[in-house]
Amino acid sequence: MLEIKNLRVSVLDIDDSEILKGIDLTVKTGEVHAIMGPNGSGKSTLANVLMGRTEYVITEGDILYDGESIIDLLPEKRAHLGMFLAFQYPAEIPGVRPWQFLKAALDAKADSRGEEKMSIRDFSKLFDEKVEAVGINPQLVKRSLNEGFSGGEKKRNEMLQLEVLQPELAILDETDSGLDVDALRIVAHGVNSMRSPERSFIIVTHYQRLLNYIKPDVVHILVEGKIVKTGGPELALDVEKDGYKQYTSVGASA
Amino acid sequence: MATQNTISRKSDMSGQEYQWGFVTDIETDLAPRGLSEDIVRLISSKKGEPEWMLEWRLKAYRHWVKLNDAESEPEWANVKYPKIDYQDIYYYAAPKSVTEAPKSLDDVDPEMLATFEKLGIPLQERAKLAGIAVDAVFDSVSVATTFEKQLGELGIIFCSFSEAVKNHPDLVKKYLGSVVPYTDNFFASLNAAVFSDGSFAYIPPGVRCPIELMTYFRINTADTGQFERTLIIADEGAYVSYLEGCTAPFRKTHQLHAAVVELVALDDSEIKYSTIQNWFPGTPEGEGGVFNFVTKRGRADKNAKISWTQVETGSAITWKYPSVILKGDNSVGEFFSVALTNNYQQADTGTKMIHIGKNTKSTIVAKGISAGHGNNTYRGQVQIMPGAENAVNHTQCDSLLIGDKCGAHTVPYIEVRNPTARLEHEASTSKVSDEQLFYLRARGLSEEEAHHMIITGWSREVFQELPFEFALEANQLLKVSLEGAVG
Ligand SMILES: Nc1ncnc2c1ncn2[C@@H]1O[C@H](COP(=O)(O)OP(=O)(O)O)[C@@H](O)[C@H]1O
Ligand SMILES: [Mg+2]
Repeated sequence: MLEIKNLRVSVLDIDDSEILKGIDLTVKTGEVHAIMGPNGSGKSTLANVLMGRTEYVITEGDILYDGESIIDLLPEKRAHLGMFLAFQYPAEIPGVRPWQFLKAALDAKADSRGEEKMSIRDFSKLFDEKVEAVGINPQLVKRSLNEGFSGGEKKRNEMLQLEVLQPELAILDETDSGLDVDALRIVAHGVNSMRSPERSFIIVTHYQRLLNYIKPDVVHILVEGKIVKTGGPELALDVEKDGYKQYTSVGASA
Repeated sequence: MATQNTISRKSDMSGQEYQWGFVTDIETDLAPRGLSEDIVRLISSKKGEPEWMLEWRLKAYRHWVKLNDAESEPEWANVKYPKIDYQDIYYYAAPKSVTEAPKSLDDVDPEMLATFEKLGIPLQERAKLAGIAVDAVFDSVSVATTFEKQLGELGIIFCSFSEAVKNHPDLVKKYLGSVVPYTDNFFASLNAAVFSDGSFAYIPPGVRCPIELMTYFRINTADTGQFERTLIIADEGAYVSYLEGCTAPFRKTHQLHAAVVELVALDDSEIKYSTIQNWFPGTPEGEGGVFNFVTKRGRADKNAKISWTQVETGSAITWKYPSVILKGDNSVGEFFSVALTNNYQQADTGTKMIHIGKNTKSTIVAKGISAGHGNNTYRGQVQIMPGAENAVNHTQCDSLLIGDKCGAHTVPYIEVRNPTARLEHEASTSKVSDEQLFYLRARGLSEEEAHHMIITGWSREVFQELPFEFALEANQLLKVSLEGAVG
């Protein structure tokens, strides 16, 4: 499904700004991967680069989606292919209703695939269902997209979009951060119920907490722009016990 | 006084599509170019006007000549244009087939109906379905007024200005020039001298006009000025919602549009006036386009309310300040505006709220969108007169910048002569951020769709003041007007 090959990434127009220093990662269809790492290790950069953010430049390497390179594709094309990024910090869009936004997103995807658009009636029903499922205050979705939402509400709103758009590859960037246990369960339930042999997940997290509820197939430790260790779910427990120190250059030499 | 000049990110601006740029091929009855007392007389006689109307025009003409000799064409606005040669303009152009005013829609030139069809004006059946009464002013003559009979049963008068002069002279005499006198300003004087038509509406006491009244203006002939004049009177306790739309064909020369709108809201009445202004903005290189120099003002008596909502996407230059004189106690004035300038368009627009009565209240929400080399100025004046106890004003000015060659300026004037007044002023300047764009694009929207969604969202407070059908049209217009400005 997704192959990342020796990916090196810098910030556009900033010299010596390399953030990702040769990432290799393969996610097969149906797998759930967790990427863990300390703050500033490059997790969000990786997630954003996968989705096509142009403030970063790929200086080396490639990203293949279903065997085809996607590094020259616009973000919207990647979305049409079935990729989805739940943002760590979703943007606020004043005056745009979440309903309107999500319908437009769904329509754009259907359009690009030559499929029929969902009727307003069916969409409304689906939307209301999912709003309830992810536990968003229905008053909130009558307001502006993410504007005035608390951190937790933003994350639930990302989950709402994930569940409505039903992507083939979902990347969740610290969707668990700042959530209480109830909200955490909702995120886990969302992922677990969508988990299927046709769908893959990349779950980026700082803590292993979420992994108590979602059992990943593979865990990667990302430190200072490199994947320093790959293993099974047990790796997450090591991190919980001993922290990231053991993997950092400072920690290792200490 | 605050002036903002903010510049944002890099991107090349080009290309704008104007879909309304077709020219209709119909015979036109033109008066010779230029302005003189004879032309004023000619216009008046073409319309078969009574003596008092001609007299009024002539007084206005003489006043304008004085202003013109004194070179007092207004120059304070933040717009630049070559000197207008007032002797090189046609002041009267009537489509030939309607110099004899049509008695019904069947009498209207089919070519012209086809034009209105292209414009998407809900004339005929579509009007009825949409529940809108339309008075369409083509160049300078009012073409067809739908719904006149139905409205008549309620005592509502909705007709062309010329007909009102003939059939309702007392109302016209009483209110014409009562809010915008012919001495008001250079363009208002010019209009008073040569106006060729426009709309007239009168809502009798206590009547709530059951449908939206609508006028659609279009300039068709090359080098013509359009000088329409609208007068709306809501009698005591009446209510009316009035819509105004405008388009002009694609022309490489400039066209002058100097309209006057007067609103009279008597005690306890309400007038809601919505405009979608889509005059031809000129080519992307800045050639041609309409000069839109408009005077709009309303007078609100006791407990009355006047609300102006405008979406301004067209014209090469817009010079326009829909205002409210809050004369009566407890009267309310509102101004909601979205003005977009792209390519080489310039807009200097805003409002004046003049508080005279006690407990008067005004709200201003002015939003300017600048793209390309567009230049957008908000100019607003809030005046609290000595007798205006407990006056309240809230002003909000927001600017949105797209690209780094455009400009946004805010020029609020405040004059307070009563210490009990409460005024609030908020201003913001923003640009469409990369984060916002990436967020929407990551969900599958194209760059253009993403821009459009962000901009209409940003304009929502104004759009939601528009009647539903008009809001859809405004939305569409914004999209078309921004084509080429993004991506
Ligand atoms: N646009 C940017 N400009 C400059 N530095 C950046 C940019 N994006 C990320 N960085 C830097 O790259 C490093 C990795 O950031 P990020 O990917 O957000 O880490 P994580 O998500 O793992 O906390 C940090 O040092 C951060 O400051
Ligand atoms: Mg991060």
